[in-house]
Parts: sequence; structure tokens; C-alpha cells
Amino acid sequence: MSTVTSQRVMLAKEAGLVGRISDFFWKHPHVFLALMLAPPLLWLGIIYLGSLLALLLQSFFSIDDYSGLVNYEFTLSTYGQLLNETNLDIIIRTVSMAVIVTLFSALIAFPIAYYAARYAKGKWKAFFYLGVMLPLWSSYLVKIYAWKLILAKEGILTWLLTKLNLLWLLDAWLSLPVIGGNSLSVSYTGTFIVFVYVWLPFMILPIQASLERVPVNLIEASSDLGSTPQQTFRHVLLPLALPGIVAGSIFTFSLTLGDYIIPQIIGSSRLFIGQAVYAQQGTAGNIPLAAAFTVVPIIIMGLYLWMARRMGAFDAL
Amino acid sequence: MKQILKSCTALTLSLAFCTQVIAQEALKELGKGEGELSIVAWAGYIERGDTDKAYDWVSSFEKETGCKVSVKTAATSDEMVALMNEGGFDLVTASGDASLRLVAGKRVQPINTNLIPSWKNVDKRLQEAPWYTVKGVHYGVPYVWGPNVLMYNTEVFKDKPPKSWNVVFEEMNLPDGKSNKGRIQAYDGPIHIADAANYLMFHKPELGIKSPYELNEDQYKAALDVLRGQRKLAGRYWHDAMIQVDDFKNEGVVASGSWPFQVNLLKSEKQPVASEFPEEGTTGWADTTMLHAESSHPNCAYMWMEHSLSAKVQGDVSAWFGANPSVGAACKGNELLTDEGCATNGYNDFDKIKFWRTPVSKCESQSECVPYHRWVSDYIGVIGGR
Repeated sequence: MSTVTSQRVMLAKEAGLVGRISDFFWKHPHVFLALMLAPPLLWLGIIYLGSLLALLLQSFFSIDDYSGLVNYEFTLSTYGQLLNETNLDIIIRTVSMAVIVTLFSALIAFPIAYYAARYAKGKWKAFFYLGVMLPLWSSYLVKIYAWKLILAKEGILTWLLTKLNLLWLLDAWLSLPVIGGNSLSVSYTGTFIVFVYVWLPFMILPIQASLERVPVNLIEASSDLGSTPQQTFRHVLLPLALPGIVAGSIFTFSLTLGDYIIPQIIGSSRLFIGQAVYAQQGTAGNIPLAAAFTVVPIIIMGLYLWMARRMGAFDAL
Repeated sequence: MKQILKSCTALTLSLAFCTQVIAQEALKELGKGEGELSIVAWAGYIERGDTDKAYDWVSSFEKETGCKVSVKTAATSDEMVALMNEGGFDLVTASGDASLRLVAGKRVQPINTNLIPSWKNVDKRLQEAPWYTVKGVHYGVPYVWGPNVLMYNTEVFKDKPPKSWNVVFEEMNLPDGKSNKGRIQAYDGPIHIADAANYLMFHKPELGIKSPYELNEDQYKAALDVLRGQRKLAGRYWHDAMIQVDDFKNEGVVASGSWPFQVNLLKSEKQPVASEFPEEGTTGWADTTMLHAESSHPNCAYMWMEHSLSAKVQGDVSAWFGANPSVGAACKGNELLTDEGCATNGYNDFDKIKFWRTPVSKCESQSECVPYHRWVSDYIGVIGGR
């Protein structure tokens, strides 16, 4: 009897302001949810989507040929401009570079990740992690400038190849159209090498994560059932590791698509999308065209992510 | 959704209107300093002895006037225009390809030269310069200027220094017997089209180019053709002065348009380079200290303009940057610049220089010219191989 009374007293005490508020929330759970979600949603909505929308909106304006001022009237002419030869060249150049860099990164990263996931143990594992991560710790610019010196005409690589009497190999490569050039550091090959180097860790780590999740007994079962190592790889290992490869490719692909520093320092001065945005916005003051250019990677990445999701890439993140 | 789009448009429109400023009049008289001054400048233009103790022209100004100087450095003319459009700054050291844009955009205000005692010392060649004087009204005071010279490797050219810009525009064998293909460079900015136009002005007078910054469609097309030829010769285009320095050292580049800054730097590192004023003349930059239309510290700004025109400051800046002073007296007796400094940096070649200006469609020498934003997109195309 006495315990019941004391409980009543406690309830009565709590029925102050705090109590009433908590009662209110208890009775109206949706209000509580809305209140908790509002700040992050506002953040996402205003800061992120809002700025994106403002950008997209710009691309529907045009620039006045005469004064160079932005004409705030709805038009699709800027998108028409985006599809002229020069700009189409830039888009094709960037996307092909991103595709090739992604493919090569995957090709190089897979064996490394496989070794790390399957064979490296203890100290070696730690060493491996350090090895992969270490380049990420130093400044991106320092690495690129270092590569410029390595790839230069009178750089380390040329010196090494001269010592090995292999300079003819480099010259033969550089005499090829498109991918060649005066030296590695002013050719697409150089840009490609540096892109692969800089983004490789972003490919290795997700592949390793997905390989570690492949049960060893599945591979053993596959060979017990008489399949050759190639067959095991094709039908068991690769499909199971694919989400990791796709996850890694999202990084390498989108990073290559958006980068504007590497192609400026290493390469033939031909523009990539990021540089085009910078030049149109900063130099020409043609914000509509710059905005239209930024829409291109958004669309490409949208399609890419949609495909990646269907392949289960987000399970491996 | 439609509603959001509409309100966004309305917002942008209202912002566009807000930034419109009514034409201003110059200051009538000076008051006391406001205690502060913010300047947008090229790197190395406003030094307070942080990099090298000998190069300091801010500390003394602060002590005398009580105006605390803060500097925002910008890397390109376009960045400067963008910063000035944002506002919040008092002064900018604008090059000729930015200054008229700032005037046209009404981001800078006219200057009353009577309030600047040192104005009378300014080089007569610069006093009415068209890159900051519009209809007789001055929108600033000259800071320093310099040419875009032809830098070359003395080991390759030996005793035959290049007399013409053709070494960077046309394929030929250099004095060392090898082709110039892949061994030359060009500036990675649309304003480089003017260099090609300048070259044509000399070699193809039938095109009738009056100014390399005022080109009609035919002249413009001819200039782009010259640059397309150059694309086949140039491995890379230089954007950053330090990258060009590196390319002369490690990339086998032997000739390129350049600034005295890089020439002096390479020479100081004992590299075999020299520079030349080719027969066609050159383009160049002349920078102007301009005052923001809504400056909140105009008195300090006028004091700085006065200070910036003193022979000492002019000489020091020129020595530091490899530029030329706008005040003749600075050429003599400056410890840092030395008495040969002006000649080295091209002080006597003023007449051979066609200074950077922003190409506009409404030009003086003919009915209609190709505007700057087309220079930008077409130059991208040329570099891309179109």
C-alpha cells in the first residue's frame, strides 16, 4: 500500500514542465522524430542540395556575347555549347582517362590486395597496411612534383633507361601517336601513370576488404570438386570480390573525373573537365558553361553509382 | 519544385541588381587614416620583410600612417577580378587584362590625382595609359610593369641569339642542328593569342592588325592558325612560373616566351639562359593600383598610393619582381635594383611593348572585335588540338 502511494507522489512530482514535455513527445512520436531529424535534414537540404541546385540553375542561363555578363533567362544554349567539338573533346578525354585509370588500378590492385588478404600475417600485414597508406599521408602536391621530376626528359627514368640501354624502348613508346609526346611528363602516358599511382590505395583497400570476406572453404570446395585454379578464380573468387572492385572503381573513377591538378602539372596541357570548369569559371567568367560542365560528371557518376548498386558494391564499403 | 526554382531565380536576380553601383566621383579631399587597409596583390608585390629582410616596404608605411596593411595574394588576373567582385578589399594591383574589366564592372572608383603629390613623378609614358584611363579619368596609379621576353638557352643558340619570335611559332632547325619541335613552350593563358597577333602584325601587314588585343574575325582566325602550328611544337604550356623554370632545367625546353622574373631566377642558379626583345616587339603587363568602389578605408588607400610611388618602394619592388618602376627616379641609386636593373628588366624597351588589355567586342580600331570569353574557349580548343 505504502509503495503505491510513493509511486503516485513521484509521478505527481515529475508532472512539472519537463514531465509535460516528455509526455507530449510520448503521445506524439512523429513530432519527436521530426525535431530530431530537422537539423541534419536542413543541413543536407540547404547546404548540400541547395548549393547543388543553385549550380544546376546557373547552367540554364547563358552568357551575353557582347558584354560578357550572365543573362538570367532560361535557355538550353549553354548545353548546346557543351556539345561543340572542343568541349566534347574534353569530356571524351576525361572519361576515357578515368576508364583506363580505373581498369589498370583494378588490375594492379587485385594481386596486391589478394596477397594482403590471404598470405600476409602479423608483422607483414602491418607493414603492408603502412605501405599502402603511407603515400596517402604525404601531400598530394609533393607527390605530383616528385613524379614530374621522375618522368622529365632529363629525369630519373630516362637516366635509368640509358644506363640499361633501353632508351630506344622509351623513344619508341613516345613516338606513338596520342599517348606519346616529347617526354613522359608531357604525354598522356605520364598523366596516366601518376593518376594510377595516386589513386591506387583507394582501389586496394576495398578489394582487400571484400577478399577477406570470401570464405576459404568455398575456394577449397571448388578445387575439391575438380576445378582448375583459373576456373576457381573465374567462377568463385572474382564474383565474390566484384563488389569490392566496383567500390574501389567508384573512387578511382570519380577522383580521376574531377581532378584538375595532375593534368595541369603532368601532361600535354590539354584540358580535363576539372580544368575546363576552372578556366570557364575563373578565367572566362562564363559561369553558365562552367556549371554545365560540372553537370557532366554528376550525370556520369549517377549512372555509374546506379550500376554499381546493382552489382552490390555498397555492401563492401 | 517550380516554386523553389522561381524563388531561386528571383534571389539571383535581386543579387545581380544589388551589386550594380552608380557611377562615382573621385574623392575631393583627404581625411585622417582609418587605421586599416586591405590589398589584393600578386605574390611578391607587397613585401614586409618576411621572405627577405631587405625587401620591406610595408613596415615603414604602417609606422608613418598608422594604417595596418593586410594582403590577399591572387595568382591570376581573373582571381583578382573575382575577389574585387566579392568586395571587402580596398586596393588591387590589377594588370591590364583585369583593370578595364574592373572599370567596366564599376568595381573601382576614379582617382583624384591632385591628392597624390608623387603623381607628377610618374613616368610620362604611363600617365595617360589606356589600361587604366577611361575618357580622361584615371582609375588608379601605375605600380610596376614588365615585358614578356623571349627566353632562350645560350648553349643551344650560342652566338646567334634568336632575333624573332618565329622560333616559338614555326618549325625550324635551331643553331645546334636539331629541330625546335618539343623544345619550346608557350604561355598557358588565352592572352597568348595576342602574342600570335603581334607576330602577324609584323609579318603579315596585309591582315591590317592595329592592336593585338583588337582582332576582327579574319585576324583572329589567322592568329589561331599560328597557334595551331605552335601546338605541334610545344610539349607543354606554362602556367606557373616555377614550373617553367623546372622545364628549362629538366625538360629540355630551350626557348619560350617568359617574364624577366624567370630569366633572373635561372641566371641566379647559373643556368645557361638569356632573354631577347625580338624584332616584332613583345607583349607585356603593366599593373595599376586601383581603389575599390566601396572601399571603407579610402584615406589609407590614398596614402598607400602616394607611398607606392616613392622612388624607394618602386625600386625595391622592381628588384624583387624583375619588373620596371613607374617612377624614373627609381632607376638610379637603388641598392637592391642597382643602376643596371632597369635596363636588364627592359625599361628602355617601353615602346616595343604592347601591354596586356582585355579584348572587348566594342573596340576602338575597328567596328567589332572578338571578345575575351571567346579567346578563352578557343584557346582551350587550340591546346586540345582543334
